[in-house]
Amino acid sequence: MSFINYASREINCKIVYYGPGLCGKTTNLQYIYAKTNPDAKGKMISLATETDRTLFFDFLPLALGTIRGFKTRFHLYTVPGQVFYDASRKLILKGVDGVVFVADSQIDRLEANIESLDNLRSNLAEQGYDLDKLPYVIQYNKRDLPNVTPLEELQELLNPNKVPEFNAVAPTGEGVFETLKAVAKLVLTELRKGS
Amino acid sequence: MNSPMVIYEDEFKQMADVCERLRMDANAKAVFLIDKNGQLILTTGKHEHLDTTALASLTAGNIAATDGLAKLIGEREFSILFHEGERDSLHISLVASQIILVVMFGDETSVGLVRLRVRKATDELVKIVQSLLDKTQNPGANSPFAEISDDDLDILFS
Repeated sequence: MSFINYASREINCKIVYYGPGLCGKTTNLQYIYAKTNPDAKGKMISLATETDRTLFFDFLPLALGTIRGFKTRFHLYTVPGQVFYDASRKLILKGVDGVVFVADSQIDRLEANIESLDNLRSNLAEQGYDLDKLPYVIQYNKRDLPNVTPLEELQELLNPNKVPEFNAVAPTGEGVFETLKAVAKLVLTELRKGS
Repeated sequence: MNSPMVIYEDEFKQMADVCERLRMDANAKAVFLIDKNGQLILTTGKHEHLDTTALASLTAGNIAATDGLAKLIGEREFSILFHEGERDSLHISLVASQIILVVMFGDETSVGLVRLRVRKATDELVKIVQSLLDKTQNPGANSPFAEISDDDLDILFS
């Protein structure tokens, strides 16, 4: 649910990075944070455990610029990927405008990807959202590792509806901004349609 | 389902007036109104040193987690949260189950007074929020995005 404030002339949208544990959601946000002009970003908040696993969420506010006199901001959130944090994941999906599913390309994480995508779909449905109707992109992360699932197989299993998809290596930034731009554009296009 | 939360100038001003009056009546340092999804609506009082965007997001996360706890034990919601610090404290409450009202206060006042004034302000805010929701649901409400072009979008990402 985007947020339009006529008094302060700003519009804010919420994008959630979803995916299995250790797939690189937080790393995506850290890279965006590191490479964004200080004027365009707020403080990055990470609610993490002592071992740096996401406990509740990461949060990064980004200012994109002005559209028709309205300051346009995106609030990026990650969910905790570990299976037992499902209650927290549901909370973070509330009011979502766009979703990035970050898949872990490693062969031994294939099942975890499928499970996480099913979990995303059902958690969205619980809140009255349909993933097929939301602005949604997929990122195949960790493409630099040696033991990765072939792209065709990932596409077939995770992206049957052929939403925009990107290869990525989040720590080096490969594919990170491409993914963000794609989902942000879909969100804004959806807002235009919705109005 | 995914309709935006829209704040119009009239209601913004009315809400800002109520919040400023609350701040003065409660002798509080600052008052914040936050959308349940973590978007900051308005602030009054002293908050220059605060990252208000982060405050809004964390407060919404806090409320969401507390809501989850309430449902877990069969309550509809916990409508008030209170965090007591050594210097400053936060009184957090829900308005019409839609908007979060945060009052930051120090030892110049008491939680009892804050709570009393919050209750009064909440009654006023509920009416304003209701009028906002009615307007948002009205199909005549126009989004500034109705006329944006592909070029506008491309410029943002250039």
